[in-house]
Amino acid sequence: MHNFEFVKPSSVADAVAALENGEAQPLSGGQTLIPSMKARLNAPEILVSLTGIAELKGLSRDGGSLVIGAASTHAAVAAEAASHFPGLAALAGQIGDPAVRNRGTIGGSLANNDPSACYPAAVLGTGATIVTNAREIAADDFFQGMFTTALEEGEIITSVRFPIPEKSAYAKFLQPASRFALTGVFVAKYASGVRVAVTGASEGGVFRWAEAEAALSSSFDAEAIAELSHSAEGMISDLHGSPEYRANLIKVMTQRAVRSAS
Amino acid sequence: MPKDDGIGASVKRREDTRFLTGNGKYTDDINLRGQAYVHFLRSDIAHGRINGIDTATAEAMPGVLRIFTSADFASAGGLPCGWQVTDKHGQPMQEPKHPILAEGKVRHVGDPIAAVVAETYEQARDAAEAIDVDIEELEPVIDMAKALEEGATKVHDDLSSNLCYDWGFVEENKEAVDAAFASAAHVVSCDLVNNRLCANPLETRVAIGDYDPWGDMHTLYTTSQNPHVIRLLMGAFVLSIPEHRLRVVAPDVGGGFGSKIYHYAEEAFCTQAAKILKRPVKWTSSRSEAFLSDAHARDHISKIELALDADHNFLAIRSTTLANMGAYLSTFAPSIPTWLHGTLMAGPYKTPLVYVNVRAVFTNTVAVDAYRGAGRPEATFQLERVIDKAARELGVDGIELRRKNFIKPDQFPYQTPVALEYDSGNFHATMEKMLEISDYANLGKRIEESKARGKLRGFGISQYIEACGIAPSNLVGQLGARAGLYETATVRVNATGSISVLTGCHSHGQGHETSFPQIIADMIGISADQIDLVHGDTANTPMGMGTYGSRSIAVGGSALVKATNKIIDKAKKIAAHLLEAAPEDIELKDGKFSVAGTDKSVDWSGVTLAAYVPHNYPLEDLEPGLEETAFYDPNNFTFPSGCYGCEVEVDPETGKVDIVAFSAADDFGVVINPMIVEGQVHGGLAQGIGQALTENCVYDENGQLLSGSFMDYTMPRADDLPSFKVDNSCVTPCTHNPLGAKGCGEAGAIGAPPAVVNAVIDALHRGGYSHVSHIDMPVTPSRVWTAMNS
Repeated sequence: MHNFEFVKPSSVADAVAALENGEAQPLSGGQTLIPSMKARLNAPEILVSLTGIAELKGLSRDGGSLVIGAASTHAAVAAEAASHFPGLAALAGQIGDPAVRNRGTIGGSLANNDPSACYPAAVLGTGATIVTNAREIAADDFFQGMFTTALEEGEIITSVRFPIPEKSAYAKFLQPASRFALTGVFVAKYASGVRVAVTGASEGGVFRWAEAEAALSSSFDAEAIAELSHSAEGMISDLHGSPEYRANLIKVMTQRAVRSAS
Repeated sequence: MPKDDGIGASVKRREDTRFLTGNGKYTDDINLRGQAYVHFLRSDIAHGRINGIDTATAEAMPGVLRIFTSADFASAGGLPCGWQVTDKHGQPMQEPKHPILAEGKVRHVGDPIAAVVAETYEQARDAAEAIDVDIEELEPVIDMAKALEEGATKVHDDLSSNLCYDWGFVEENKEAVDAAFASAAHVVSCDLVNNRLCANPLETRVAIGDYDPWGDMHTLYTTSQNPHVIRLLMGAFVLSIPEHRLRVVAPDVGGGFGSKIYHYAEEAFCTQAAKILKRPVKWTSSRSEAFLSDAHARDHISKIELALDADHNFLAIRSTTLANMGAYLSTFAPSIPTWLHGTLMAGPYKTPLVYVNVRAVFTNTVAVDAYRGAGRPEATFQLERVIDKAARELGVDGIELRRKNFIKPDQFPYQTPVALEYDSGNFHATMEKMLEISDYANLGKRIEESKARGKLRGFGISQYIEACGIAPSNLVGQLGARAGLYETATVRVNATGSISVLTGCHSHGQGHETSFPQIIADMIGISADQIDLVHGDTANTPMGMGTYGSRSIAVGGSALVKATNKIIDKAKKIAAHLLEAAPEDIELKDGKFSVAGTDKSVDWSGVTLAAYVPHNYPLEDLEPGLEETAFYDPNNFTFPSGCYGCEVEVDPETGKVDIVAFSAADDFGVVINPMIVEGQVHGGLAQGIGQALTENCVYDENGQLLSGSFMDYTMPRADDLPSFKVDNSCVTPCTHNPLGAKGCGEAGAIGAPPAVVNAVIDALHRGGYSHVSHIDMPVTPSRVWTAMNS
């Protein structure tokens, strides 16, 4: 790891100001950034920690929505969201391992947008709103491909606002080494319809499966998509699975999520 | 007796207190005054010509003491290979030089190009990034078959091709084997890949070189399974340092599994750099470096064929293998696919004719060498897969087909057609025991129960025999070994009766500190607490060959028995003097010497005190003191055997395999500490299951290691494994060593992989997927699903 300066502001405004220096990079839980710095793949000159900012932490209920501070750890979400939004709490409780869950944050995960991360599936699968220091961004506009988001340089996610579904679940098939999602599917049922978001499968990162959404909106039953299949085109091919295999998992995990939704 | 801390007692491991409380002393825990740090600049391409290395900028960077390249080691030898294989035409293998730092070419990703020594590790890494290497990329040689094609790019320009050797065994049997196949009623064949693995011990490799100019004394602290072997190889062949000027210390070592047998470049580098810089030089491997520089393992592509007569008797076996050597020959690499593989191809069966052909191939990949099992897992996998396939193709029960062809209990000693003479075994017994402990009789019920949950259940069997404690030295010398394979023990009895045992073996997880004292405690009849084991330092242990190949109890333990017998003989003479009796009338029981038929006796400490305070002592006939050394060179290998049963559930929607039960019935001969043996079996099974289900070293066509971290290299985890059922009650003692003990360390890794794969194939067949005849390891969900849906 190369040397760097470390700044730990206590307000969003100070963090934004610190990030105006072009060599600065925000640091949340550091579960991706720190290993990449240790491997010398990344060498920011200034790290601006977001974990000392009280306004970025905690969960709150806002009518039919659950608002989660961007610097909330996965472990905090797993524990505190359970009574409001069990599908989301269960997802957070399956991320990585205990060490990752107690350091990694929701904001960090979304800003990184790893194509196999779990949180993007929940955010896109609920049509959540990403709130930054500057604006609000709809989930459908936020994710723009592998490791790419709508965030501008220096823009900080402050919270995520999830509309709480009637029923939801996340079904994840583990990549056995990393325990990221080889394919993970988040299904959420609302009065207005069903959303289905898939992570881990596509070279384009998290995406919605429109055909399944339509079928499940008509009938929220795993059998409703029995005749559907997802194309293997554009799916990831790696040591752990072929595109065809991932395409199969999309359907299997969608059905499992529907069956376990609560 | 039985004694509560003697042979056969499950004494708790005394070393675990320090390991579990964080008080182990590993090589990386050693920090010497004035220590500098080395970082190796490693090649990031698989194959290239080095046209120049510019270190000027890097040398001027903060903290840099010196930057080394191959030019600094012009007078040093290459890293030696400890085994020369002779090919089927009687010619020696092709043996390229393995330099400490790359000379002229880089030959795999991770090949060290330069070494930066600096005041701190980070300074060394910073400077390494500033080294400018002018390198011309060459076509990488990755695929073994392509490497052997006419006109293929050569890994080593000075060799005639990428073929290390073409070995035939037994070459004289080839025609008879071919004839048997030509006239056989049934021929079954299977094309198999034995997947490439990385050992991944918990502790990565570390080396610290130290030099005392006043005594011209070199010391190397290193993570080794065999410090004496490193002293011999590095001292005699690489750096020209005589033994009395070189001390090698391997303190607590956090797992080896074979990967810490070999002499590595970093050891020679640190030793030499310490002398040049007159400062201790330390290297600690990162996990990423370990993937690129520790010897890998397995990596065979094989065709196995089995010929049977109309009554399903095995007539002949033919095995053809491409074995990856990687870019250089690691210390024992050539012996693994040959003498530790071809010789096991008869297995536990009375097949009269066997022919094994192995072509060993150089590629632009990390060197490949032994890993838990080493050659024997590859042989067992071939045999147990093809027999399973044969049973399915012939429509017979795999258990009955095996039983029919087993060597019978009354046929020992049994001479196989592939050189080995098995001294003992009872394959019927271990199979019976496995079927019993696995509740095989009720498998049908469990299959139905799984089916009700939408899962496919299957059962796989593997019957193995393996060869441990490779020996005798004169034979292995004829086969190409450049080392002896005896073991040593010095039993140093102290004045008050406590004992220090100095051994050439090395414990890096095996529990020697507990099990070795149990042997002496049993023989003398004193408490094991009075006995301590000293190992791991060439300065205070006799020259032994270290620990690998499941040899420590069978060979090192036998040396210990031999030395202890010498001690007892001498102690009886002392006791005879003290008791005024004839030595032949002295009996030793429960730590007490007595005159037969009398009540006259002297206890152990009375004798030991007399030996060191020889006031009342037969000085004219007997030297004072009580210390004996023995060297033990076995007459034969030991042959552990056993039967494994694996029960799996396959999820047909995802192809995921869950091992729901695993039963192991092993015959290890006489067991010293059953608890430790059970632990060894557990570890071996975990690694065997890891190979079968999860682990895989994968290179892309450019020679980049795709599985270069734990994000992609899948180690088996606790939740991948069931609670094992392990049984050691089937005992046929080894007939040629004094303990009757066989090896137990590798059995699990040898027997488990085919049991797992056979179970998966069984589950698929029972579930209606009878078109799937084989799936290569690791049997990942994606591979299973793809096979089911192909």
